[in-house]
This record gives sequence, structure tokens and C-alpha cells, in this order.
Amino acid sequence: MLKRSDAPVSDDISAQPLFPLAATDLVFADRGRTLIDNLSLTLDGRGITAVMGSNGAGKSLLLRLLHGLLTPTSGAIRWGGNPLSDEVRARQAMVFQRPTMLRRSAADNLRFVLNHLPRNERDRRVEELIAEAKLDHAAATPARLLSGGEQQRLAIARARATEPEVLFLDEPTASLDPASVHAIEEVVRTIHADGIKVIIVTHDIGQAKRLADDVVFINRGRVAEQAAAAAFFERPATDAAQAYLEGRLQF
Amino acid sequence: MKRYLSPLAVVSLAAVALVTIAPVTAEAEDPFIIVQSTTSTQNSGLFNHILPMFKKKTGIDVRVVAVGTGQAIKNAANGDGDVLLVHAKAAEEKFVAEGGGVKRFDVMYNDFVIVGPKSDPAKIARGKDAAAALKSIADVKAPFASRGDDSGTHKAEKRHWKAAGVDIEKASGDWYRSTGSGMGATLNTAAGMGAYALTDRATWIAFKNKGDLQIVIEGDPKLFNQYGVILVNPEKHKNVKVKEGQAFIDWLLGAEGQNAIRSFQLDGKQLFFPNAGQENMKKAG
Amino acid sequence: MSDSGSIFSLALGLVLSGDAELWSIIALSLRVSLTAVALACLIGLPLGAFLAVVKFPGRDAVVALLNAFMGLPPVVVGLFVYLALSRSGPLGVLGLLYTPTAMIIAQTILVTPLIAALARQSMADLHVEYDELFRSLGLSMSRTIAALIWDGRYSLSTAALAGFGRAIAEVGAVIIVGGNIEHVTRVMTTAIALETSKGDLALAMALGLILITLALFVNSAVLTLNRTARRLAYA
Ligand SMILES: Nc1ncnc2c1ncn2[C@@H]1O[C@H](COP(=O)(O)OP(=O)(O)OP(=O)(O)O)[C@@H](O)[C@H]1O
Ligand SMILES: [Mg+2]
Repeated sequence: MLKRSDAPVSDDISAQPLFPLAATDLVFADRGRTLIDNLSLTLDGRGITAVMGSNGAGKSLLLRLLHGLLTPTSGAIRWGGNPLSDEVRARQAMVFQRPTMLRRSAADNLRFVLNHLPRNERDRRVEELIAEAKLDHAAATPARLLSGGEQQRLAIARARATEPEVLFLDEPTASLDPASVHAIEEVVRTIHADGIKVIIVTHDIGQAKRLADDVVFINRGRVAEQAAAAAFFERPATDAAQAYLEGRLQF
Repeated sequence: MKRYLSPLAVVSLAAVALVTIAPVTAEAEDPFIIVQSTTSTQNSGLFNHILPMFKKKTGIDVRVVAVGTGQAIKNAANGDGDVLLVHAKAAEEKFVAEGGGVKRFDVMYNDFVIVGPKSDPAKIARGKDAAAALKSIADVKAPFASRGDDSGTHKAEKRHWKAAGVDIEKASGDWYRSTGSGMGATLNTAAGMGAYALTDRATWIAFKNKGDLQIVIEGDPKLFNQYGVILVNPEKHKNVKVKEGQAFIDWLLGAEGQNAIRSFQLDGKQLFFPNAGQENMKKAG
Repeated sequence: MSDSGSIFSLALGLVLSGDAELWSIIALSLRVSLTAVALACLIGLPLGAFLAVVKFPGRDAVVALLNAFMGLPPVVVGLFVYLALSRSGPLGVLGLLYTPTAMIIAQTILVTPLIAALARQSMADLHVEYDELFRSLGLSMSRTIAALIWDGRYSLSTAALAGFGRAIAEVGAVIIVGGNIEHVTRVMTTAIALETSKGDLALAMALGLILITLALFVNSAVLTLNRTARRLAYA
């Protein structure tokens, strides 16, 4: 993993700003299906962006493409003008829709990504993150035995431990109880307050209203709408978004 | 991560520790030589009888690798041994002539016997003529188990078939079964299928799975089985321990070694007959 | 010939008599095979994980080769190592032939493909699960491999046990490179071969029984350790 403190040189990509993020004419096709269809999108580095849209719209795919886990069939992605690279990805973190828990204790899941720190510093940082994720009771528990909500909190803490400038969250609160949702939203706010750009996929309209500064609405692999959150929820511009918000099925 | 050591790690650590210990223990050992020899000398227990005496006298450990004579000669030719002690005189002399060994000496002899099932389908029991017996076996196509491994015994067996005028190549797989293995394994096979077999007497006496087998032919002077000893040529293989190897050969050929061989008995029978230094005497039966 | 009952009591008698020779044979068997398995793990686990993780042209061929080598006849391995370690061979100067070290080398070669192939299989399954996370974290190949081995350690111990089973039961390789020299390179399997060739089938069977018991003991020890460790540390 890249140590950000080690990267002071100015002509190094790792010193250049990541934003604006620009995706142009993105296409991702698989077995004859065009799943991301000529998608273009520009985001700046401020605030929390909610990505919304029906199941199968292509939200998770979009996150993977932006994070560089998938290569687009065509089109371009630029982070602050630079194409995706290991250096760029190293400044980002992602929490997956189904978080991957290493077969170790919760604390060791964090320790794993803090490998570059000296031992005592690492232990201190693990303790902080465990406390912030409210997992003190479960630090030594095997991560795969944690509850769904605890796993999500651990996954977010682990992503945060890598000190990213951008954090992708793919439905971090799906199937969680209200208290857990609240706890995670608190963490997201803290992260945002630290100056980290958050891009969060959610189907929870209340959550989007509570957290998001702007909304990207995806429909059938395209950006159907991009607007400030207040405006989007007040007056969605497309039928698709209106139907989605009202909970109607769209064909 | 360190709080629970996985069993895998424990096993690995233990084993790695063992590897590191291994060379240390190896260094602390007595001087030793490697003798390439045959299964008959080993399996009969001869070495267990005489080697402690040699060790007591000289402090030298003799490590015996017991394989077929053919294999033993090949190993010695590769330099993988200091002394060769086998029983195929022609092959031994060839080995020396080709520079593999220094000089060949007679050490001792015993004899071969033909064993077979009690039912004796070839009707050869209590005979004295090995060639005639083999001819009878071939005539009735009675099963015969052969070493088939280029050992001293196998070489001897082929000589006797030739003397009997039987072409065993043609019978192979039919009544002639080539086991391609050691004397013991071949006797186990013979016992299992009621076949005849040629074996050296020492292995036979010491062999514990005789089953239905018994000696049917013995005492033919042609069944004479001579053992020879050779120092592997140090000019060819610098690793040969000349001093220790020569000490062993000298001891074997001298009075002490010869007496040691003579005193080895199994079930009250002497198995090997020392004959060092009797090169010019007539070959006994 | 003895029946199974007397073979069993012979085996028991051998063990209980505290026969020093038997115990030194057992100790050497364990030393050789455990060392070989440890070395094979050291090579085979990273190799298996590497093949599970890294895509390169010809990988399928390497995997097929590895799978084929799982069934390598011990005699062939023994012969190969003999030719290498023989005084006339390329490594002859080391003087390793007819030593326990030679036996360890032969068994390591014999067992590494087995452990690597089994490791590759379970590492590949785990890798599917971890791949996106590790790529998101920008993990290096060596750390990826180390993490897969560590997290897969319980299933990998099965691979190690399979390797141990093959090593401890094998006679063809060790008898060629070890020479079955009394007090030096005689192990359980070569002792069994020797007793069989002496026609002492009862003693051979009794030794075989002890060998099986030994393997059973090592297996259950590892499995028990495993289960406790897993219960304590992991789910
Ligand atoms: N790696 C992939 N390769 C091929 N097809 C994929 C891949 N990932 C997803 N898809 C397909 O692309 C479509 C969009 O999937 P995606 O996971 O992006 O949906 P989503 O918008 O996140 O939906 P949800 O709200 O259910 O999570 C689906 O039809 C899915 O089957
Ligand atoms: Mg999704």
C-alpha cells in the first residue's frame, strides 16, 4: 500500500489533486449486454454524493469502474486529469455491498491494512478505529462472526484506516437496524468532516436526504439526472427518478 | 496475528529446527565406510554378525547398502561406496578391468539351491543335476520365479538355463515369471504361486515365509556361489576412503574376518564358507 | 504365518518393549517426513498461492504439470535424486547420498507438487472472495500470497497432512537415496520392505500397523490442534 506521507514530490501523481473526477462516454458491456451505456459524469471533491437508481441500474458497476476494479469497454476516466493508476487507486478506498471480512479477528482486519506503521503506533490506531466503530466489545472476535451491522462498521473503519481522499460506500446500511444505520451515518459524517470525498450508493431516501449534498441518479446504465440533493428530492426532472422516489415499478 | 500459532506453523517450525540439528549430529559420528553389497549377505544376518566385531577392533562403522549385485556394481562404478562385496565373478572382474575397482579378492562362498513346491510337478526332487532339473521344469512348463533383476543370483540362473538348453525369453510371462525384484520378494512370489526358484542357500535358510517350498536340488558343483570383495578405485573417485576401506578388506581376508564368517550360523547351520587366498584351489561344491 | 491377532500383539509387543532400534527407526521416519513436508510447505504453499493469484500465459500448462506430478512415482523421484547426488552426479561432491538429508530432499520433491496443487485449489477459492478487496487496497503480490496462506491455513493444513501421508508411507524414493542402512537411513517403510524380503511377513505387517498408528496419531494431533485453534481464533 502506498504511504501517503512518503509522497511529497510535486510532479508525482500522488501529490496532484484527484478532482475533478470526469467520466466520459463510459461503456461497459458483458456478453452482449451493455450494462453501462455511454455514461458521462463529472464530480468535484466537495461534499457527499449519493448515487441512486433501481436494482440493476449499474450503480455498483459504476463504482467499480471509477475505482479502477473494472476496465471500461470504452470511454475514459480522469481523476484530476490523470488516468486511473495504482497511485490514484491507493488514494481511494471502497466498502463493498457485501463487505469482505478476512478470516481473522476484527482488530486484525484493521491491523492488516496498517501494516506499514510501526507496531505501537499501529496498535494505537487500531484501538482508535475500533472505538470509533463502536466495536470495543468485539475487537478480538473473528470478523466473520460479527453481525451484519458490525461487519459494515468494521469494513468502513478498515477503509478509513487506509486514509483515503475518496471513499466509495456501496449500500453500507442495507439490511441494518435503525440504530446501526444511525451509527454508520455518524461515521460517514465524521469522515466527511475530515475532508474526505464520500460517494455513497443508497436506496434509503431518508438517508440520502440526511447525508447527501448532491445526487447522481442512474437509470439503465446512464446518468439520468445529476442535481443538488434538495432540488432532486423536491422536483425530480425525469420520469424514472420520479417513479423511483415514489416506489413505482418502471418498465 | 501472533496470538494463535497455527498447527501448520508449529509443524513447520519443528521440522525446520530438525533440519538445522541434522548436520550437527551427522558430524559427531564415527568414521564410516559404505559397502555396496547384496541382499543375501544382509538378509541372512551375516553382516549383523561380523560387523560389530570389525567395529570393535577398528572403530570403523560399516554402512551396508544391500541391493542386487548388478545394481551394487553400478552404484560402485558411480563412486557411491568405498567397498564392493558381491557374488558375480565375471561381472566383478569386468568392473575391475574397466577401472572401477582396484583388485578383486575371493572372500567366501556358499551355494545355490533350487527350491520348489512339495507337489513337485517337474518330478526333480532330490536330484543333483541343476541343468537336467531346469530342463524338466521347462518340459512340463511348471511355474518358475526368477529374480530378473540382473543380480548375481539372476546371472547364475541364466547361466544354468543356458546349460540346460532352454530359451527362457520365449517362456517369459508364461510359466517363467520374471519378478524383477530381490531374492526375498522372489521367494515370496514363488511361495505364493507354488513355483520353483533358484536362491542362494543363506537367504533360503534365513527366509521365514517358506510356505510350501522346500529344497529340490542341491549339491551340484555348478551351483557354487563365490563372493568377492573389491576396493572402489580411488583414482577414479577421490571420495573413496582408502584407509578405512582397505582396513575392512584386510580384516575380511585375514584370519579374524574369515573366522568371523565361519562362526556365523543360523539354525545350527553354517551359511558362508570363507575361502580367501585359495584362488588356485579347485572349486568346491 | 500368523493371523491378524498375533500380528497385532507382535506390534504391541514391539512398541511396549521399548526396543531402542524400533524407536530410532520411528524417530528417523518422523524426522525425515516432517522435515520434507515442512520444506514442501515452504515451497508449495507460496507456489500454489502464486498460481492461484497470478495470471500468466502458460499457467494452465503449469497447473496441469503440477497435477500430473502429484502422482509422480516415488521410485522415479528416488532415481532422479540418486543421479543428482551420486558421486558421479552434478551434486556428488556434497556427499549427501545415503544420508537422511538425501531422503529429505527426495521426499520434498515428491511431496511439493501435491501440496502446491492442493494449495492452489483452496487458494483459488479464497482468492475469488478476497480479490476485489485486495485490489482495492492495492496489495502487493507477496502480501496477497501471504494473506491467502494465512487466512487459508486451516484448509492448507489438510494439504500438509496429505503430503505427510504420502511422505511417511513412501518407500521407493528413500530406499534408493537412503540405501536402507541400519542405524543411519533405515525408516519404517524400508524396514518393512526389508522384513518382507526376509519373508518375515508377520513382523512386516506389525511394523506396518505401527506406521499406520503413527500416521493416525500425527493426523489426529493436527486436526485436534486445528479445531481448538479454530474455535479460539476464527470462524
Ligand atoms: N462484473 C460484472 N460483469 C458482468 N456483469 C455484471 C458485473 N457486475 C454486475 N453486472 C451486471 O450489471 C448489471 C448492473 O449491476 P450492478 O451491480 O451495477 O447493479 P446495482 O445498480 O448496483 O443494483 P443493486 O441496487 O441491486 O445493487 C446487473 O444486471 C448485473 O448482473
Ligand atoms: Mg449494487
